[in-house]
Amino acid sequence: MTERGKWHERLRVTLWTLIVPPAIWAGHFLMAYLWTAISCAKAGTFATFPTLFVVGTLVALGLISLSGWVAWKQTRRPGDSAPHQDSTDIDRLRFLAKSTLLLAGLSFVGVLFTALPVVFLRNCL
Amino acid sequence: MSLHDQDDPALRAAQEERLRAVWKPPQGLFLRWTDTNNNRVGVWYVLTAFGFMLFAGVLALIMRTQLAVPDNELVSANSFNQLFTLHGSMMMFLFAVPMFEAVSIILLPQLLGARDLPFPRLSAFGYWSFLIGGVFVSGSIFFNAAPDGGWFMYPPLTTRTDLSGLGADIWMLGLSFIEVSSVAAAVELIVGVLKCRPPGMRLNLMPLYAWYILVVAVMILFAFPPLIAGDILFEMERLLDWSFFDANRGGDPLLWQHLFWIFGHPEVYIIFLPSIALFAMLVPTFANRHLLGYPWIVLAAVGTAFLSFGLWVHHMFTTGLPKISLAFFSAASEAVAIPTGVQIFVFIATLWAGRVTWSTPLLYATGSLAIFVIGGLTGVMVAVAPFDWQAHDSYFIVAHLHYVLIGGTLMPLFAGLYYYWPLITGKKLSDRLGRVAFWMLFAGANLTFFPMHLSGLMGMPRRVFTYPAELGLGGLNLLSTAGAYLFAAGVAVICVDLCLSPRRSKAQRNPWNAGTLEWLAHPDDEDWGIRSVPLIESRYPIWDQPDFVRKVDEGRFFLPDAEEGRRETIVTTALDARPLAVIRLGTPSVKPMLTAIALGGVFIFTTYHLYWAALVCGVATLACTLWWLWTGTAEIPEKPCKPVGHGIELPLYLSGPAAPGWWAMFITMMADATAFSGLVFGYFFFWTRHADFPPADMANGPGMMWPMIALIAGLVGWLATIAARNIHARGGVARARVLLACGIVLSIAGAGAGLAGPWMSGLDPQVHSYPAIVWTLAIWTSAHAGVAAIMQSYALARSLAGKMDPHHDADLRNVSVYMHFYALTAIVTYATIGLFPEVA
Repeated sequence: MTERGKWHERLRVTLWTLIVPPAIWAGHFLMAYLWTAISCAKAGTFATFPTLFVVGTLVALGLISLSGWVAWKQTRRPGDSAPHQDSTDIDRLRFLAKSTLLLAGLSFVGVLFTALPVVFLRNCL
Repeated sequence: MSLHDQDDPALRAAQEERLRAVWKPPQGLFLRWTDTNNNRVGVWYVLTAFGFMLFAGVLALIMRTQLAVPDNELVSANSFNQLFTLHGSMMMFLFAVPMFEAVSIILLPQLLGARDLPFPRLSAFGYWSFLIGGVFVSGSIFFNAAPDGGWFMYPPLTTRTDLSGLGADIWMLGLSFIEVSSVAAAVELIVGVLKCRPPGMRLNLMPLYAWYILVVAVMILFAFPPLIAGDILFEMERLLDWSFFDANRGGDPLLWQHLFWIFGHPEVYIIFLPSIALFAMLVPTFANRHLLGYPWIVLAAVGTAFLSFGLWVHHMFTTGLPKISLAFFSAASEAVAIPTGVQIFVFIATLWAGRVTWSTPLLYATGSLAIFVIGGLTGVMVAVAPFDWQAHDSYFIVAHLHYVLIGGTLMPLFAGLYYYWPLITGKKLSDRLGRVAFWMLFAGANLTFFPMHLSGLMGMPRRVFTYPAELGLGGLNLLSTAGAYLFAAGVAVICVDLCLSPRRSKAQRNPWNAGTLEWLAHPDDEDWGIRSVPLIESRYPIWDQPDFVRKVDEGRFFLPDAEEGRRETIVTTALDARPLAVIRLGTPSVKPMLTAIALGGVFIFTTYHLYWAALVCGVATLACTLWWLWTGTAEIPEKPCKPVGHGIELPLYLSGPAAPGWWAMFITMMADATAFSGLVFGYFFFWTRHADFPPADMANGPGMMWPMIALIAGLVGWLATIAARNIHARGGVARARVLLACGIVLSIAGAGAGLAGPWMSGLDPQVHSYPAIVWTLAIWTSAHAGVAAIMQSYALARSLAGKMDPHHDADLRNVSVYMHFYALTAIVTYATIGLFPEVA
């Protein structure tokens, strides 16, 4: 590891970074819910090609992937011996990073699940 | 003090004598109930919740007896309504949620090597609130006044006073009171897990039980407040005839369903996760190895917590929402099966990889997983909207939810009971009776609830007090009833086992040979919690750290003494558990109990429309709270630091983001902000429901002037408080006091101006949902302005009384946290009611 490190190695890892991927899922879910609720109630129709939804979904997937990639890099931070469950800085970092990576996987699937109905359903009934 | 000082047995005996004196429980017929130590309050809590469970179970037996044969006349339709409503409400609010809080209050300090949780008096307050509210709600059935609208209390059946009596008020107000105690417990548990871990116990070494509790407590902060918001609207409609759920006056009953289920679905996971957390403790013990996949459990807990907030509409699949909305919730409901499955596989893998000791607790654990998985699979079925349209409100749902709750909450708690009984009492329960009871429960649960899948699909609706013989459901129902009695007999066997316990001899220490900290507890338990606060280097310190138990017992770790005669514990940093300070804990006191009684009076008198008495109780609640805070918190210590052993000196006072009190304020305000967002959701929900909102004849709403004046007063008051905090910290005490005084005036002005808007424009909340929700938002924000004035006055008074100075400014820092949230509330409210009508 170099003295300065790459940008993703300098990020501070906390409990807040752990919940970034599921928070993005939550934001996307809320967007999906509010978007259909308001457009169905106010406009009475559902957009035939929902650009906003597609863009929002791609942004969410991108951010989740990014946070997963950073976490993956961090889980491979060298130092200390396996099984990485000691009371050291590096083991705590690797633990949080691994948990974040797993959550990123779940959130990615979650966003895909939420996006799927729009492929099949196109009206407000 | 050096390490070797502890070699001296006389010194150790003297330390123990001092600790024993400090932690001595209060004696006497009444005073013993003023105790705040977690080992006593937790046990009262558990016993009370267990009692409510038995009571609610008896209600279920009466129902099953009524349904045993067609056209039965054992109970009337009216009584049956009360039975199922109270059964569901009690099991949820008076058993499952409080039981998790109770178990955590007992276990958490032990698991974290702390002497107690950071706010022991808050735990006691929570317990007394729970007891009073619980007795009030459950006792109503003896007066034929129990709630009878189903545990979800759907309006308009329950809001129309000609259709439902006092029961609905008892449900709303009694359970609101208990929701307050749940939020109090959440504050206690979050701060406990994040700030009271022993040195060295970083996040990656935390017992998984603590991870689960952290996650669940955070869920409570976001799940319970929407229900509190709903309760407020509900009671405004019932008591004052404001229109929120009445479709004739611009209201919408679906708003209640949204607010209820935003609470109600996470609630299922709030009671499931802490129970499954017990498995994370007992599975490694009986597999005789570390739990596999520690981060996977964290994934499961955190992932479930998030996803569970995207499921609420799956209780509303048949309400006519757009299909596309249903599909989003259906997708999330399927997704939640992933993290739930992950944790079950982790447990199975751990057992597979270990050397399994087949103990009674493990039997319960595996049995409950089997039951839970069946409930989970039917859950995946009903998450599919078209299937749910068929099964909705039928006994299929009853079967599904009981499989989930018995497998996911009740049986795991019995596993925990058999596992942790030696920790609490020093004695093991009977393996023989335990196994007999297990097989009765296991067979009984399946016999009761499996036939309900069939009777449901054959068309038996929920919540009917009887059914005609021609439907051909008699046989299945009789089976269910027989199963219910078998299940109840199993519970009775467990009760017998518990009653025989006092006659048994003590077990050895750590009887299961577990590796986690809580098993340091000695069969002849002392009240001090832990002899010395250990340095943690492993997830299973008793297994992995050499001589660990002896070192703790001989006081060779931290804080082995109580030189100043005070109850103390160590506060550490949230991520890495580096020691920060020693805090002084609350001692036994009557104040929490009196506060709970006064607050209970507010809710109970309001139920009976005795508003003057309720007001007196409200003032008494405020007085008790201030008395409690003034005498018991943010005390300036007699010296700045104290040694805790190993050459480490820790400060005795903390303020700002490092302090537990600051966190408690922040967490409480998160809950408060969530409740507020429930009300704001109401406003915009009505907006989506109406073509013109505000309605044409009140297009100006409360006008723009008064809301803007209120907003400016609120924001300037906020800035004044922040300035007071900063100037005070730099030594400008006099200027800070002037700023606080200005802040008080501004807060009061903000409160007045906030109410002036709807008042001066003559909005009548009984006419339409628009004025009703505007009034509600204005009152909510003005009430917060009033509380801001009280808090600013409190900080000013502390300063004048010499209880706060620039180096000891926790009060002022905590008040400024409140002020941040108040400013946010004011911005959202006044932008919504003052500006939104201009753009809508």
